[in-house]
Amino acid sequence: MLSYIIRRILYAVPIIIGVNVLTALLFFYVNTPDDMARQVLGEKNVTPAAIENWKRDHGYDLPAFVNTEEPGIKKVTETVFFQKSVPLLWFDFGRSDRNNIDIGQEIRTRMWASLAISVPTFIAAVSVNLFFAMMLAYYRATYIDIWGVVLAVILMSISSLFYIIGGQFILGKLLKLFPISGYDAGLHSIKFLVLPIIIGIIAAIGGGVRFYRTVFLEEINKDYVRTARAKGLTEGRVLFKHALKNAMIPVLTNVVVSIPFLFTGSLILETFFAIPGLGSFTINAIHSQDFAIVRSMVYLGSILYIIGLIMTDISYTLVDPRVRFE
Amino acid sequence: MGPVIKIKDLRAYFKTPKGLAKAVDGVSFEIPKGGTFALVGESGCGKSVTALSIIQLVPEPAGYIAGGEIVLNGRDIVPLDEREKRGIRGNKISMIFQEPMTSLNPVFTIGDQLMETIVLHQAKRKGAARKAAIEMLAKVHLPEPERLFDEYPHRLSGGQRQRVMIAMALACKPDLLIADEPTTALDVTIQEEILRLIKEMKESTGTAVLLITHNMALVYRNADMVGVMYAGKLVEAAPTQELFRNPMHPYTIKLLRSIPGQEKRGKALDTIPGAVPSAVSYPAGCHFSGRCPREMEGCASIEPPLVERAEGHSVACHLHDPGFMNKPHSKPLRQEPDALPPLAVPPSERETILEVRGLKTWYPIRKGVLKRTVGHVKAVDGIDLSIKKGSTLALVGESGCGKTTAGKSIIQLIKPTNGEVLYKGADIATLGERRLKPFRSALQIIFQDPYSSLNPRLTVRETIEEGLRAVKPGMGKEERAEKVRSVLERVGLGPEAMSRYPHEFSGGQRQRIGIARALAVDPEFIVCDEAVSALDVSVQAQILNLLKSIQRDFGLSFLFITHDLGVVEYIADEVAVMHDGRIVERGTTADIFSAPKHDYTKKLLSAVPKIDSRLADLWHLPGLGAVK
Repeated sequence: MLSYIIRRILYAVPIIIGVNVLTALLFFYVNTPDDMARQVLGEKNVTPAAIENWKRDHGYDLPAFVNTEEPGIKKVTETVFFQKSVPLLWFDFGRSDRNNIDIGQEIRTRMWASLAISVPTFIAAVSVNLFFAMMLAYYRATYIDIWGVVLAVILMSISSLFYIIGGQFILGKLLKLFPISGYDAGLHSIKFLVLPIIIGIIAAIGGGVRFYRTVFLEEINKDYVRTARAKGLTEGRVLFKHALKNAMIPVLTNVVVSIPFLFTGSLILETFFAIPGLGSFTINAIHSQDFAIVRSMVYLGSILYIIGLIMTDISYTLVDPRVRFE
Repeated sequence: MGPVIKIKDLRAYFKTPKGLAKAVDGVSFEIPKGGTFALVGESGCGKSVTALSIIQLVPEPAGYIAGGEIVLNGRDIVPLDEREKRGIRGNKISMIFQEPMTSLNPVFTIGDQLMETIVLHQAKRKGAARKAAIEMLAKVHLPEPERLFDEYPHRLSGGQRQRVMIAMALACKPDLLIADEPTTALDVTIQEEILRLIKEMKESTGTAVLLITHNMALVYRNADMVGVMYAGKLVEAAPTQELFRNPMHPYTIKLLRSIPGQEKRGKALDTIPGAVPSAVSYPAGCHFSGRCPREMEGCASIEPPLVERAEGHSVACHLHDPGFMNKPHSKPLRQEPDALPPLAVPPSERETILEVRGLKTWYPIRKGVLKRTVGHVKAVDGIDLSIKKGSTLALVGESGCGKTTAGKSIIQLIKPTNGEVLYKGADIATLGERRLKPFRSALQIIFQDPYSSLNPRLTVRETIEEGLRAVKPGMGKEERAEKVRSVLERVGLGPEAMSRYPHEFSGGQRQRIGIARALAVDPEFIVCDEAVSALDVSVQAQILNLLKSIQRDFGLSFLFITHDLGVVEYIADEVAVMHDGRIVERGTTADIFSAPKHDYTKKLLSAVPKIDSRLADLWHLPGLGAVK
């Protein structure tokens, strides 16, 4: 087990370095610092001198990957890649291009707002999905099941933007149950969080229920379920005890991998509800073409994905006694 | 004392898109306390649905019990409500299944699963239930029951898991134990242990047993009464000895005569033409009409009732009904000869076609952070074999002994680690893929599973032509098509089969396609890897007859890899017994079977249930005039 985890973490090292290089290629080669400067300065008042000034001010005036003018080790260190991208490996995100803020500091403060909305949404959505999926599996091949699936398909076919705007209009504006958008610190934030959480759950319910239902139905046709029935157990017990624990194995792959992403929040929800989390942080950075922030968030997303995958594999051992890493 | 269970005219139907499938269409039998009733029949005849109906677990909502009574200790359980039925399941009637590997829940411990039944039906507290569970594990002779209690199922072998299933089924001392093919997935030595255990448990608890199986020999050894099922109906039922001495129904007789065995060597096995009718369209009369060797004019329209014709011996056949035989509709439609044609095999030539010396196929075991090789799985660990031209060598052994790996290593589908494979004097084990190519067509293989060994996306013609293209690139398009047509004809399939896909064929037909594919490239040596193991006995007989006849016609040599010793006795000239990657004994079939020397061979041979070979002389189709 331990040797497995060590091996997985060692495997992650070259992947993380690769991600770092790829991100750098994307941001310093495909989209050169000249392009960045031009986009930030705007098309009208752009002069070669202004571009050079901007690059010098923001530290992009070095060569991208190899500095042929410098001697020795400086050939490598005196480059945009080494100055801007390599520090990401130890989570030094540097300063933003626009207003020179400390990105790392910003991430640390904003992630709490993201977590405040994403964690409850995640837990509630998974529970609600599992509950309805099991209900449909229990009533399989009846009208409840058939219409349940139809409803799930309808729900997943509707854009989440519709749920957001519809929710804000009906629950916020007409019924005045919740504020339409905004955020406050501490406990006062709760009234602002309820509406986005409800909408987050509704937006996830169609696809989730359908997927979990399939997983359950697959388990229900297995031999051990027949054995459990032959013991004289109630259908509920067969389903909730025997099938559920086995169904958790595929469900886990689907769920655990997304846990690290709770930190980065939701791009759309946070933007629409004006929640100052990492999702809206990223969207704002894209709008204002702050490539330092976008680069940091892209890199962070990749790292979180790798962490998610390792967590998934480890979590298998917790639910499936057959998987023991040796 | 009345019977423990009495089934009266049981019907279980399934709603399918093609119509109502009458899986069980009027079955009646009873089992006394402590008795064993065996229900035998080929796949799809309704045995398992009968079992599920008795325990009230017909898969709903498609399936339902359409009629009949299931009387358990004097009470019909069909009309009971679900709560009462649950009180019977696992308590009064319990069941064990064919697949011990998947029948236990993988994520709960053995103890949890065993205690669940005990707590449910005996209202015991956890401590007492744990004690009872450990006692049950000890009773089914599992080692270290205390430790096993906390183990998960995957740590146990198939045989051990079946023991756990038996412990679970018998924990509440049921009145009836249904054993649905309890040993089919297990090795023969394990099979014997499990059957002995069931018998022992039956004697100690007095439970009645309904044994469901397709294996006639197993029935002969283990049952008091036998019911033969065909197409949803019980066609014959009798005390075991009586049934094997005096089988009455033409289907039973045909079935018995299709079982391969030593006494049938040199003769063709009996076969049944056609296929079992679909459950949605049975004939109005006798379900066996259309395939019966003694069919009469009235058979297809008048249903024969199951009537006692000798003491305790009931049969559903008009041939044994004097009233029917006196009427004009008894005019024969078909009258097959009773004697089976001899299957002359020319004496095997003395020339050795293939010789294996010190063949080893090892797989590395890797461990640790750096995945270093810490040892080897010695799948095949130095075997010597030799096969003469035109003869059959059987490689026998239990699962995991390395016989399949050996077969694939010999024809170079797996590169052996070490050793020589001399084909007509040339060592092919050392050749690279390019130099091996000329040998590929000479060395062919037929696989076990006729369902998954054909590519479902290719037509039969494409499947057969693919091999031809690879090994005979010079062949023209017309010539190739002609070759496909001729090999299909040789294996008994018409040219219309060429443009069809594998799913349109039955298991037996698919195995014919597999044989045609191998034959198409003009092989000289064929590995038959469990080639008839997945087939029903009457279909298996057809394939064995076919293999024998192509061997004779083309002078082929077979390496017959199998665990079925009846097949070996029937078909093989020589036998090699494999155990743990090594050959433990080699010799002619007669020598090995009559005087085995190695302990493992002795153990293997004694574990195989066999029907007394003298009985085979008694199995004759009734003459039409013989019945009065």
